[in-house]
Amino acid sequence: MTQTLLVIGARSDMGIAVARTFAAKGYAVQLAARDSASLADNRQDLITRHGVAVSLHDVDALDLDSHEAFVTSLPVLPDVVVCAVGYMGEQRRNETSLDEMAKVMRSNFEGPAGLLSVLANRMEKRRSGTLVGISSVAGERGRAANYVYGAAKAGLTAFLSGLRNRLAKDKSGVHVVTVLPGFVYTQMTRGMDLPAKLTAQPAEVGEAILKAVEKKRDVVYVRPVWQGIMLAIRNIPEFQFKKMSI
Amino acid sequence: MKISGWGRFPQVECVLTRPRDRQDAEAHIAGVDGDLIARGNGRAYGDSALNRDATVDMRGLDRILAFDPQTGQVVAEAGVMLADLIDVFLPRGWFPAVTPGTKFVTIGGAVASDVHGKNHHKHGSFGAFVDWIDILGADGEVRRASRADNSELFAWTLGGMGLTGVILRAALRLAPVETGWIRQRTTPAANLTAAMDVFEQAQDATYSVGWIDCLATGADTGRSLVMVGEHASLDELGAKERADPWVQKAKSKKAVPIDLPSFALNPLSVRTFNKLYYANGKRQAGSSLIDYDSYFYPLDAILEWNRIYGRKGFAQFQCVIPLDASYAGLQVLLGAISRSGQGSFLAVLKRMAAQDSRFSFPMEGYTLALDFPMRAETPALFAELEAIAIDHGGRFYLAKDSLLTPERLRQSDPRTEAFIQMRKDNGANLRFRSLQSERLAL
Repeated sequence: MTQTLLVIGARSDMGIAVARTFAAKGYAVQLAARDSASLADNRQDLITRHGVAVSLHDVDALDLDSHEAFVTSLPVLPDVVVCAVGYMGEQRRNETSLDEMAKVMRSNFEGPAGLLSVLANRMEKRRSGTLVGISSVAGERGRAANYVYGAAKAGLTAFLSGLRNRLAKDKSGVHVVTVLPGFVYTQMTRGMDLPAKLTAQPAEVGEAILKAVEKKRDVVYVRPVWQGIMLAIRNIPEFQFKKMSI
Repeated sequence: MKISGWGRFPQVECVLTRPRDRQDAEAHIAGVDGDLIARGNGRAYGDSALNRDATVDMRGLDRILAFDPQTGQVVAEAGVMLADLIDVFLPRGWFPAVTPGTKFVTIGGAVASDVHGKNHHKHGSFGAFVDWIDILGADGEVRRASRADNSELFAWTLGGMGLTGVILRAALRLAPVETGWIRQRTTPAANLTAAMDVFEQAQDATYSVGWIDCLATGADTGRSLVMVGEHASLDELGAKERADPWVQKAKSKKAVPIDLPSFALNPLSVRTFNKLYYANGKRQAGSSLIDYDSYFYPLDAILEWNRIYGRKGFAQFQCVIPLDASYAGLQVLLGAISRSGQGSFLAVLKRMAAQDSRFSFPMEGYTLALDFPMRAETPALFAELEAIAIDHGGRFYLAKDSLLTPERLRQSDPRTEAFIQMRKDNGANLRFRSLQSERLAL
């Protein structure tokens, strides 16, 4: 039977890449984003390339009150959900504008947590499904360069970890995957000078997520090198770390 | 960032931006003050897709939008590559109607260069299979241009090197095939006369291409292997091929990881040539089945083979000489190339058919292409070769060019003035400029 993938935040480069990877495997695809009608070209692309069914759905991650209705409105409850919702903002503005800070916190943590909660509860009732949250290595330790974004992603990482723990304990049949992409060439990082060896293409993220879903992995780094890097960064004593600029 | 064409000469610091979809591209281009050039996958050899202040990388527009299995027409964004079309449509029985020697070209680049392939003598250039394009003009308007509507814009854009506007979308027709395999017949030719005879006798064949051994001189000048090919039908396949009719088994890619010294390619290619030449000489008319990738794209299997010429890069010389002067012109060219001792040991020879076009490269005759590592003396050698081609009524392929001068372009191609006038009339001369268009005063 055809499996269905829901991508939330489907306009993002990673969201598009994930949709393509799963469509190539034969998954039917639900693309969810604000103003989803503007994803018509992406829908056509998936249909033409892979011959799968593709539907478009409006969602507002920041509007918690709409999340139940959004999930109810889906034609079928998906087998796999990938949440690629996120917003980095600019650190300087995040420091000075509380509105901006709140937007980053809500876009990366509250919104995704709300959507994943509703979906987790429905999947738990059905007793099957996989939830994939795209978090960030920025959430592994707060750094001066982007600690607002990092704090929000730390929240999401902890949320995913707890959700996985809850759903594994009662043998619900629902699995939770945490993805830590590291640097990726996307709209969000455009203009940044990123080291090529540490930076993945969006398509690599798609492949890594498909593999993690198939193999029921818990936490995945897209490029393995990041696992070592983050291990090192987490282990720097705070009295040293606070003086460093990395 | 520093970018270049495929020949890695020139390498120039350019502001490169990458819109992610059509809306983004239109908005981005509207925000560019002054002139800009669109860039595909960077497979033009020289400076065709370089603009210091605004080079627009179109590879983010990579959506395939529609396919009609009745007609083979595919509608796709300009950044979709031929490799994508092959991946998606070959297993459904369709192949690009015209393909150059690499599948890593975008549709936008193929239209702008009006590329040709091994079937030019029979089917014409890439543009012959384009039904329409959506193109963003100097006035910021997007127009659909075809042979019926905006036909002038359509005609000038094929081979117009991106200098008529930014191609956003195209509809093109694919050709139906029964398999992904090619029946190839290789014929050794002792000299240029013999090679041209093989081409003339192969006018009905779908594909034909020749490799010339540039080391052969005197009576042996033009010693070649001419390879003729046809798409194999299902019942022409052997058991091995029949198990994989669409050539889906993944093949490993060999990357050239570092800059090799510039002589690396040549002894290798000469050994390959000699082996094939003498092997075929022994058993005449060698015929074989070969997968489409190995047949059309032998160099694609070596990713980044352009690095083989070293850090200074290389230039490719490609001209076409009209049929009645082809023999004489090629003899003189091959003599000059051999005397120079600078060229690659192999040159590619191809018969072309007449083509009705505004500014595209092909004309009825023979085209010759070969690489030269970029050295201090290379521009002078190119000037010499270009003068020979011009003397014989020939012209040059702008998709390969990095060294031509405005004078020699005008001497070779009387259509140049009309191209410039068209750009003045519609304002494209102020809006769409590349380092090539500046160099050639287009």
